[in-house]
Amino acid sequence: MTASILTVDDSASLRMAIRIALTGAGYAVTEAVDGADGLAKATGTRFDMIVTDLNMPNMDGLEMIRALRQQPAQAGVPIIFLSTESDADMKAQAKAAGATGWLVKPFQPDQLIRVAQKVLGK
Amino acid sequence: MTEDPTATFRVEAGELLEQVEQGLLDLGHRLGDMALVNAVFRGLHTLKGSGAMFGFDALAAFTHHCESAFDRVRKGEVPATAELVSVILSARDHMAALVDGDAPQAEGDAILARLAAAVEAARGAGVTADAPAATQGWKLFFRLPADAMANGTNPLMLLDELRDLGEAEVRVRTDALPPLGTLVPNECHLGWDVTLRGDITREAIEDVFIFVMDDMTLEIAPLGDVAPAEPVVVEEAPAAAPVEAAAPVAAAAGGPPAAAQPAVENVRVPADRLDALMDRVGELVIAQSRLSQLANNRHDLLLRSVTEDIERLSGELRDTMMVLRMVPVSSLFGRFRRLIHDLARETGKAIELQTSGETTEVDKTVIERLFDPLVHIIRNSCDHGLEAPADRIAAGKSETGLVKLSAHQAGGEVLITIVDDGRGIDRERVRAKGEANGLIEPGQQLADEELLGLIFHPGFSTAAQVTNLSGRGVGMDVVKRTIESLRGSISVASETGKGSTITLRIPLTLAIIEGLLVRVGESRYVLPLSAVEECLELSLEDDLRSRGRSLITLRDRLVPFVRLRDLFETGTRPDPHQKIVVVATGRERVGLVVDQIIGNHQTVIKSLSAFHRGVGSFSGATILGDGNVALILDVAQLVAMAQPREEMLRAAS
Repeated sequence: MTASILTVDDSASLRMAIRIALTGAGYAVTEAVDGADGLAKATGTRFDMIVTDLNMPNMDGLEMIRALRQQPAQAGVPIIFLSTESDADMKAQAKAAGATGWLVKPFQPDQLIRVAQKVLGK
Repeated sequence: MTEDPTATFRVEAGELLEQVEQGLLDLGHRLGDMALVNAVFRGLHTLKGSGAMFGFDALAAFTHHCESAFDRVRKGEVPATAELVSVILSARDHMAALVDGDAPQAEGDAILARLAAAVEAARGAGVTADAPAATQGWKLFFRLPADAMANGTNPLMLLDELRDLGEAEVRVRTDALPPLGTLVPNECHLGWDVTLRGDITREAIEDVFIFVMDDMTLEIAPLGDVAPAEPVVVEEAPAAAPVEAAAPVAAAAGGPPAAAQPAVENVRVPADRLDALMDRVGELVIAQSRLSQLANNRHDLLLRSVTEDIERLSGELRDTMMVLRMVPVSSLFGRFRRLIHDLARETGKAIELQTSGETTEVDKTVIERLFDPLVHIIRNSCDHGLEAPADRIAAGKSETGLVKLSAHQAGGEVLITIVDDGRGIDRERVRAKGEANGLIEPGQQLADEELLGLIFHPGFSTAAQVTNLSGRGVGMDVVKRTIESLRGSISVASETGKGSTITLRIPLTLAIIEGLLVRVGESRYVLPLSAVEECLELSLEDDLRSRGRSLITLRDRLVPFVRLRDLFETGTRPDPHQKIVVVATGRERVGLVVDQIIGNHQTVIKSLSAFHRGVGSFSGATILGDGNVALILDVAQLVAMAQPREEMLRAAS
């Protein structure tokens, strides 16, 4: 069974890199350009995993995570946020908002795949 | 479509750098604006993150320092200062060079040294984890926070991961399980005792719990031959990130930008694809006009009606195509804010830039080619035009000099004006210089317009001395030539003591021109209609009288003319009623003698091959309705060719 992953990032190049990595590992990828788009795309469906940036226009990753966790249908969906080493308190906020885990930018494609395997199982 | 993340990154990095630059320039004016600080920080941050991802390690490392500096500003530890903004601006330039891949290391180091001096504060040392020792195994106990499962952590996966590390013996602890009546099914109350055997590092175990370690219970003890030592309780264990001390939370969140962007979807298309599309549309227009010609020769009503439909559609398609290439001049104007900032620093003058009409749209190619001329004009305005602050005050002006840049559309042209409120052009100096250069006779009467026009002559500079700002081997003559190569024109007006205005008139697009189709011998040529002033008969009388000296009198002015038949060596007999098309660039006029004027012709320009580009007199080619090729005459070249002849003849007459 192919796991479906939603990636939310306002950087086109990052989205492309993430998509190439994840589809290469056999996952199905849906892309969203910011938190509002991500929220809209996740509402009404259930992805197996969500990977999101934090700093984004329109709706940032934190708000999106909070909004998603309020939907009963999204309970238990792993949400991985992309963080950088310099935003330690952002990490705490994201965790409090209901994020499952994080990946520190910059990351290599295989790190992303390891994280996906970690939360989705192999 | 080929997917090249590196290329996409380069484009994106360019945009980020531009954002950072604009943010910094704004910040220079409003040092306390935290929204701007955050915007700049975000730009640097993204640049660093994606830079490292796409293998731009030098860029990432360099940007990291700037980002750290800005992080401190963001957190209120360091105030934003003009010097800091200025250093980061030069750092931005270095980053741009790093993206392009040609940045000298020494330059980067010098900037970082300046940066360090600007932010006089030491960076806190990161927290490093203790080196773990491997043993033959571990005994551990873990209990997840109650909301872990709702938040996407699956304990079964964690157990699987532990099993992957080595031989594992798992026992569940149900002691914390609430009574069934109060049990919330997706809360996690179980704990697990795990005995792991194998050569496993403590880090590997901690890695399994990395996402939940901050708020879970995790006890890890080495599996010794001795009884289990007292368990190590990991509370708020050092996570992957170094924890920075005393970070005020209020300033930290990078929040969304103040104004939500309107939901217009944009697609980025490489320019060469647009060019290819443009070519196809151009060919379609040509094919359509051949079809129209054929249909007109037949009395087939159905064919005609189809032809008319195609004519309308191809016309619309061409119009749509033109709009695709249009970009607002704001992309051009935005780049001058930086220039003004640098000029103000270099000259020690206070300069304000005002822009208007940024939404005016112009063909992208035109925009690109306008950049250098405008840089030169703005430099001139700031360097020669604006006075030093003390002089301005003495002249009763405000201390800050003003440069106004505006654009607006007028028909098929865009007018761009550059206005400064400086001292104006010194006419006496222009005259003296003109006389010294032999451009005018001493004491020669000149209209004001003509006098000011002298500054466009080659080798003309009114600056008493060449500074490092202007006069870098580029004069207004080059500016003028560039503008004319865009089929535009440039004019200058100036009032002593009040300032100068330079006006550029530029066509909206370079791809299509309105042309005048003429015949010379057996070939047809196109003249850009914008350059055509009038058409006259070359009377036999004029022809005879002018023999040997190709000059005609046009409203009391002598106008030289060029016989295109001779120039192109047609080898055919001239038509009995030859015509003169008078064309002009700026104030210079030249008559071009042709055999026949065929009429207006809207022309899709095809550029000449690299091999033919050196051939003077032609600026391009077009394909006519009947499939034949017509060359487009380069008016500026023809005028330049005729002028020396005119001067020679004038001297003789």
